[in-house]
Amino acid sequence: MRTKIRCILTVIAILLLQIRYPQAALEINVNDGNLKPLPIAIPSVIDKQGLEKDLGFDISRVIASDLAGSGLFYPINPKAFLENLNSISQKPNFNSWRVINAETLLSAELSYRENDIVRIDYRLWDVVAEKALVEQTLTTSRNKWRSLAHVIADTVYTRLTGEKGYFDTKVAFIAESGPKTNRIKRLAIMDQDGFNPRLLTTGNDLVLTPRFSPNSEDLVYLSYRNGQPQVYIYNLESKQTYVVGSFPGMTFAPRFSPDGKKIIMSLQEGVGSNIFEMNLSNFERRRLTNTPDINTAPSYSPDAKNIVFESDKSGTQQLYVMDANGNNVRRISYGTGSYSTPVWSPRGDYIAFTKISKGRFMIGVMFADGSGERIITDGFHNEGPTWAPNGRVLMFFRESPGETGGAMIYSVDITGYNEKLIETPGFASDPSWSTLLN
Amino acid sequence: MIYKKALNLSVTFLLIFILTGCASRQKIEQVLFGGGNDNEADIVSNAIPGSSQDFTVNVGDRVFFATNSTSLDDDAMAILERQASWLELYPEIDIIVEGHADERGTREYNLALSAKRAEVAVSYLESLGIGSERIETISYGKERPVAACSSEACWSQNRRAVSVVIADN
Repeated sequence: MRTKIRCILTVIAILLLQIRYPQAALEINVNDGNLKPLPIAIPSVIDKQGLEKDLGFDISRVIASDLAGSGLFYPINPKAFLENLNSISQKPNFNSWRVINAETLLSAELSYRENDIVRIDYRLWDVVAEKALVEQTLTTSRNKWRSLAHVIADTVYTRLTGEKGYFDTKVAFIAESGPKTNRIKRLAIMDQDGFNPRLLTTGNDLVLTPRFSPNSEDLVYLSYRNGQPQVYIYNLESKQTYVVGSFPGMTFAPRFSPDGKKIIMSLQEGVGSNIFEMNLSNFERRRLTNTPDINTAPSYSPDAKNIVFESDKSGTQQLYVMDANGNNVRRISYGTGSYSTPVWSPRGDYIAFTKISKGRFMIGVMFADGSGERIITDGFHNEGPTWAPNGRVLMFFRESPGETGGAMIYSVDITGYNEKLIETPGFASDPSWSTLLN
Repeated sequence: MIYKKALNLSVTFLLIFILTGCASRQKIEQVLFGGGNDNEADIVSNAIPGSSQDFTVNVGDRVFFATNSTSLDDDAMAILERQASWLELYPEIDIIVEGHADERGTREYNLALSAKRAEVAVSYLESLGIGSERIETISYGKERPVAACSSEACWSQNRRAVSVVIADN
């Protein structure tokens, strides 16, 4: 009973905190916290040549899974479909889709070209108004069919919500194996939905906290490969690694600047740690904080004018914002407990964080001025949020307690709804979401 | 009035906390330094003087910290004093001081916190006359716990600075 009341109170709290954004034609409001998902019919992609068994079906399932996973769409079970589409050029019998309560219909047809190229033509129909909302053609190599499906899902999402999509993205993370007292940690990357996981390092060196560059071509991360923990950059194309500047002590907590030309990170200096900015073109470094405290976890605002970071200068970890040159430091977190791992939303509106209070670890968001704090998930240990490129969804990791416990990655809407486990081959932590890829 | 009550309550908790903290530390010392167990007494007598085993078993290679703290308590200072005496006895031996944190913190903060723990231990060793050129530090944050359970019994063992002897034979 008590949890029920708490649930209702949370819903009311969320509703009170609504901010309205302009809506698209079919009235999906991303901020509504998923109360009424939009019914959409996604038949198997028409494949007249049928060169690759089930490809048409598989593409349609990935699109449906993406859209359902957003919590904003309800893909209707294909068994309910009354009309069998035979060609993309054939106009659907809208009545047969209205009967099964579909409000939108995604029809698509694929054909095969030389050199393993596939072409897909698709149309998104407003079943009620009986008109096409999107008509598009895409081509790609056959083995990139999942990416193709994600691009289509992003287009549908954008057309119907007015928000940018986030399905054609990757997530860098740390793949964990071995006992808790001697975890093997490797740099890894996967599609946003957990498919195509790929290990990037051998596990000989302890690695932590990978973060994507804005063009999603590089990762900046922490490695113990030369003994001392230092910040490195890994290029996903060349698979080459290099150290970011030579510093006398430990460098850690790195992130790229929004233009990708600088790295911001912490340098340990005796008992304290301070924040530095490193220019990647000339390796010039600039000091941004200069106190004997622990100043770390810096993250730029998307306009690069401000930096949010955490400091224990007040006695506990709290969040502060400073100008990009280090001036004008102001504290923004004032709730009970301590605050850590701030990350600025790519939209600029929110800052996501880890909050520690009464022995519990929570993920929350607040506005950039510190107002409107809202806890999204609360438990034994939740840590390290990362933003989807549209600033509407977060991933974070959740660690279960005890000797056999470990970390798993979850995604959740910023409304707190629609929490999902991202399935990984083993334990996984420190997720970092890429920008849109295509 | 309410404030007073809250204060009383927090003082009580603090006391309980300190007391339980002390209890677990005693346990650890028993484990580390013998405490009447025959096998451990054997190790003590078998350790080659000047070896890392000698250092670990007969001197004590680690000091412990309270939650989120980087302060050395009396026990920690006593162990570091023994480490300093031993290092004076074997001037050819260098050490690395590893800083560690328990799992109850965020990753990057814990790296900085455990670096601070290592630095605090090193500063004390240096104040006792050990040359800074003989000591390196490395920070592991919460990445290398020695005890895997998720309760204070393990966390108190993981909040530590460990002096590791280099050049051992």
